[in-house]
Amino acid sequence: MGVSSGPLLGGDGFLTTKISAVANWGRKNSLWPMAFGTACCAIEMMGAFSSRFDIARFGAETVRFSPRQADLMIVSGTITYKMASVCRRIYEQMPEPKWVIAMGSCTCGGGPFDSYAVVQGIDEFLPVDVYVGGCPPRPEALIDAVMKIQKKIDNEGPPIV
Amino acid sequence: MTSPPDPFDQIRERISGYILSESTFRGEISFAVGAESIVECCSLLKNTLGFTYLVDVTVVDYLTVKFPRYEVVYLLHRFGENYEENLRIRLKVALEQDDPAIDSVTPVWSGANWLEREAYDMFGITFRGHPDPRRILMPEDYDQFPLRKDFDVRDRESSKRSFERALDEGLE
Repeated sequence: MGVSSGPLLGGDGFLTTKISAVANWGRKNSLWPMAFGTACCAIEMMGAFSSRFDIARFGAETVRFSPRQADLMIVSGTITYKMASVCRRIYEQMPEPKWVIAMGSCTCGGGPFDSYAVVQGIDEFLPVDVYVGGCPPRPEALIDAVMKIQKKIDNEGPPIV
Repeated sequence: MTSPPDPFDQIRERISGYILSESTFRGEISFAVGAESIVECCSLLKNTLGFTYLVDVTVVDYLTVKFPRYEVVYLLHRFGENYEENLRIRLKVALEQDDPAIDSVTPVWSGANWLEREAYDMFGITFRGHPDPRRILMPEDYDQFPLRKDFDVRDRESSKRSFERALDEGLE
C-alpha cells in the first residue's frame, strides 16, 4: 500500500494497494464463527461471545449455526468418533476460505479421555489452524486464538478464490 | 412392644417361587432370579406388588472372578406416600459366557427399552423379544462390546473403521 501524488497523474493523491490486502483486511475483521460446541468448553466459548469478554471487539460475534454462512469453525468440546463424521461434514459444507480453532484439551489431543470412543485430537480429520489448550481455556485464550487467526489471514497473500 | 412389620416380608412371600437366593448389603436387598422366569417375576412385582418404576437395567461382567460370567441387574422402585414406604429391590440374573441371552422386560416396563439397548450395546447381552434391538450409543456397525472386561478400552480401531464408513456414506 502506498500514497502517491506524482505529477504524471495530475498532482492528485491516490492510494495504491493490492486487492488481496483489501480482501484479507475485510476477512480478518469479520470472521463469522461456526460454533461447534459439544461439551463444557462451549460454555466458555459462550462466555467469550457475550458481553463481559465480547469477542465482537474483534469482529467475530456473528455466530452462525449454518456452516454455509461461516468461515471460522470453533470446535469446542470432546469429539467422539461418532461425532467426528458430523464435524467433518459440517467443515466441508463451509465455503472457502475457512479456518479452524481447536478449543480445549479434548479437541487438541483427547484430553483425559484416552478411550475407545474419543478422537485423540481433531487434527486426525480436520486441518487445525490454532490450538487452544486448557480445560477449559479462559475466554481470553479464545480471543487470543481469534487474534492469531487474524494474523494468519493478514499474512495470507493471493490468490483470492 | 412389637417391631413394625418388615415390608419386604410380603414381597419375599409372593415371589418366593422365583427367588434362588437372597442377600443384603447395607440394608439393600438383592434377589437372585433364574433367567427363564425373569419376565414372570417382573410382571408380578409390577402388577401386584406395585414396583411401577424400573430404575435401571445393567450388567456386571465378572470374567474370571466368578462363574457364570455375566449378571444382569434390575433395580426396581416402589413409590409410597411416606419416605419409609418407598422401597427398592434389586434382581440379579446370572448368564453364561457363550451367547448370553435373556427375555426382554420391555413388555412389562416400556422404560426398559433403551436400558436394554444400552446393556446390549456395552455388554453384548441379547434381549429376546426386544421391539428394537439396535445399538443405542455406539455406531450401528460397531463390532465390539466395550464394557466387557476382556476389551481393551484404548482400542480405537473399530471406532475408526465406523468413522471411515460414516464418512464414505455421508459424502456420496
